[in-house]
Amino acid sequence: MKLTPHDETMMLKTPFHSRCEAACEINMWEDWKGYTSAQAYTEVEKEYFAVRNATGVFDISPMMKYRITGPEAGEYLNRLVTRDMRKINVGRVAYAIWCDDDGKVMDDGTVFRLGENDYRLCAYARCLDWLMWTADGFDVDITDETADVAALAVQGPTSCTIFRNMGFEGLENLKPFGMTTFPFKESTVMISRTGFTGDLGYEIWIKPDLAESLWDALFEAGKLYGIQPIGGYALDMLRTEAGFLQAGVDFVPAEEAVRIGRSRSPFELGLGWLVSFDKPIFNGRRALLREKNNGSEYAFVYLDVDGNKPAEHAFIYTDSKASKEVGTVTTAAWCPTAKSNVAFAQVDAKYGKLGQELVAEIYYERELKWTRVMAKCTVVKGPVFDPPRKRQTPAPAF
Amino acid sequence: MEKYDAIVIGAGHNGLTNAAYLAKSGLKVLVVEKNDYIGGAAVSRELYTDWKYSNCSYVCSLLRPEIMRDLQLPRHGLQVVPYGGGVTFMQNGDYYGNHADHERQYREVARHSKRDANAYERYEADVMKQTRLIRPFLMRTPPDPTSLKPKDLKELALLASSFASMGEEGLADTMRFWTMSIGDFLDEYFESDVIKAHLAGSGIIGTALGVYSPGTAYVLLHHYMGDVDGSVGAWGFARGGMGAVSNSLASSFQSFGGTIQRNAEVDQIIVKNGKTSGVALSNGDEIYSDIVVSNLDPKRTFLKIMDEKDLPTDVVRKAKNFKIRGSSGKLNIALDGLPTFNGLPKGSPLCLGEKHFSDSLTRMERAYDDWKNETWSKDPYVDMLIPTQLDPTMAPPGKHMMSVFVQYAPPKIDGREWREEDRDGFAKSVIDQIANYSPDFKDLILHCEVRTPKEIESEVGLTEGNIFMGELTFDQLLFNRPFPGYAQYRGPVKGMYMCGSGTHPGGGVMAAPGANAAREILYDLKRSNTVPEGYADD
Repeated sequence: MKLTPHDETMMLKTPFHSRCEAACEINMWEDWKGYTSAQAYTEVEKEYFAVRNATGVFDISPMMKYRITGPEAGEYLNRLVTRDMRKINVGRVAYAIWCDDDGKVMDDGTVFRLGENDYRLCAYARCLDWLMWTADGFDVDITDETADVAALAVQGPTSCTIFRNMGFEGLENLKPFGMTTFPFKESTVMISRTGFTGDLGYEIWIKPDLAESLWDALFEAGKLYGIQPIGGYALDMLRTEAGFLQAGVDFVPAEEAVRIGRSRSPFELGLGWLVSFDKPIFNGRRALLREKNNGSEYAFVYLDVDGNKPAEHAFIYTDSKASKEVGTVTTAAWCPTAKSNVAFAQVDAKYGKLGQELVAEIYYERELKWTRVMAKCTVVKGPVFDPPRKRQTPAPAF
Repeated sequence: MEKYDAIVIGAGHNGLTNAAYLAKSGLKVLVVEKNDYIGGAAVSRELYTDWKYSNCSYVCSLLRPEIMRDLQLPRHGLQVVPYGGGVTFMQNGDYYGNHADHERQYREVARHSKRDANAYERYEADVMKQTRLIRPFLMRTPPDPTSLKPKDLKELALLASSFASMGEEGLADTMRFWTMSIGDFLDEYFESDVIKAHLAGSGIIGTALGVYSPGTAYVLLHHYMGDVDGSVGAWGFARGGMGAVSNSLASSFQSFGGTIQRNAEVDQIIVKNGKTSGVALSNGDEIYSDIVVSNLDPKRTFLKIMDEKDLPTDVVRKAKNFKIRGSSGKLNIALDGLPTFNGLPKGSPLCLGEKHFSDSLTRMERAYDDWKNETWSKDPYVDMLIPTQLDPTMAPPGKHMMSVFVQYAPPKIDGREWREEDRDGFAKSVIDQIANYSPDFKDLILHCEVRTPKEIESEVGLTEGNIFMGELTFDQLLFNRPFPGYAQYRGPVKGMYMCGSGTHPGGGVMAAPGANAAREILYDLKRSNTVPEGYADD
């Protein structure tokens, strides 16, 4: 991306923009880190079901991407994130979180090991400054390559078949969190079996100048397999059903938090499994060890909410008389495939155990009348949507 | 011989739902099914290699979300994918397209009548008022209006207060709505023939009545009172065909320890000393249980697998008089490609929905005249869908499965049984009807299954091939379904129950009758209830 003085551009365009714009029949756009990103193309419900029944395509180009190279790249990343990166081989992807020195989560993202000393880190929040600070003393090179790599998430039960139909034979053997490359035009594409929908799905990465021809080839190959572009609204339903947290929604990235006590530790986000104390040193280790021994203040929970009213922004109480408020809901939705009314909530740690019964105070409006429901809810082991095809290798045909 | 706590006759969706709730309560439950496959009228059958046919019921909206969630049907493989759209093709080459998007639909109706486009909003609100009245009662047992039991009085009071909440004018509208014809009802809103014809189909589907027969307005409501994920009136496909509904119910039932026995046709419900003690199969085996639940229609239940001597005379009489008339048939077709339809671009999203070829109420009424004359309609009303446009699992890529529901087909032709040449004639009238609007349709046909009421009766077991297990007319609804005095799922013999679509709230792949019956059985057994309450509407 070339930065020029007196730039009058309000919104940037992704390398797929010409195709997205043509497909976006209802002109619903949002701003994703300065890029024009579709909220919905035709109908949110239709787009959601494209992913659960066939294939949906989401333009993830605006996602922050950092390239980390150099002889100490691996060592550096192992210091940065909480999980043990030494176990991640070349050609594998790791979901990871990184913390500040207080052990509070700065962001979550994926780390791709492209080569021996070559990694790509994808994140929600901008973090070049933090990456540079933490790189002090390491022999690494870090660059922001957000604008240099175009990417699509291609998700759903027919996604593998569509790629094979494009000539990417053998993709069915790619395991979850694996990546591989295929020739495309005069260049190559990288495909990883990753995504934010909890379904069988892939992300495909390419040079921006080939983005449009990739889109065209993909949609041609998917014609008979129900391929459709999807926007941010559908993606939000999908990730909720799949139990994925969203930075900025389900937690405040530690460095953005202004008020004391608003950031959360991995344990408080249900991400304790990503913390590896086997490693002698990583950012936040000391604080996290302390928390592990002394207990956390909050717990992140999946709630199964009675009835069919989404518990959006609900307060959580111990009983229906609202005697004691113990938390709030961060994400809530009726899940159309799981047929379940789920909520993600932050609650006081002692109310976060599996099977704990709580009450959500839900307000909803119909024809200008507001109604309050005190809905019973239970802490469940999420996520509510977890199909076998997500894990199966070889990937099933549909 | 093993003894069960309960035996359910018929592995259709209501039988399986009933059995699942009994098994969930800890009872040892057996479902016996006459066919070598389960599902009754909710099946996906491979009748042509690599094609799955929803060869009976074909779309999903009424299936209660409370049950789907409670029995964890998604985890057992059920996914309902909503579709929008819908088209009625016209004889003049034009069409009416029923867009899912409100404003596009407004413009499309306006193309036929500007006034109707606006009237549609009033129509939608009025129909919604009626669905809101009936929906809370789907997951409830109808009260006995002659009973003084506290339970009945409470339910009756609830029913009365719901009706009263409609207001004086609303109550009058409701009484009219429940008794009037769909034709008269639509005439009160619309002037355009094609709009009326497009909407009227829901009033006659599965019903041996015409668009101007009283009682058909309610049948429309029956097709509007379901929902997909809270969108009332929306319809969807079960991914993999309607068999996914039955298979997921069966899997859920089995997860509670239940057993299903196929190829087990019940010859007789055994009654001793005024109580049931089990069933006798047609192969001579007897299986014992103090609870026997029939998922068969009332006629089959009382007149075929029960001995009249075991029954009170009033039940025998009511069963004989029960209205369960055959009115429809079905073609299930494997297609070599997606057909082209006149006036529409190939693959138009409108074609994701149902397609009709009757563009006026007059033509629909004439189709009914043929039924009265004991022959199939020469200009048939067709409710046609191609689920493979959305569902990648039912046919090879680029190939399609077409489900064609046809009205009218009488139970008998000129008073005699259907013959092969009748079936061919019936199929021809349907294929010609479609081909009139689709030039390449005939050339794309790879295989076609034709089902007249005769096949539906003999294969599925629905008397006269009536898809609702009894007409959905006011005389056979609520506390009159299947008959007065027997609407609470209990049969006339101790230990014998009914759980099929012949009971409240009636037909369609709803699963509510099966669930409601389970609640009553558990009540009689003094066990705690395992059946969820219905979701309250807003």
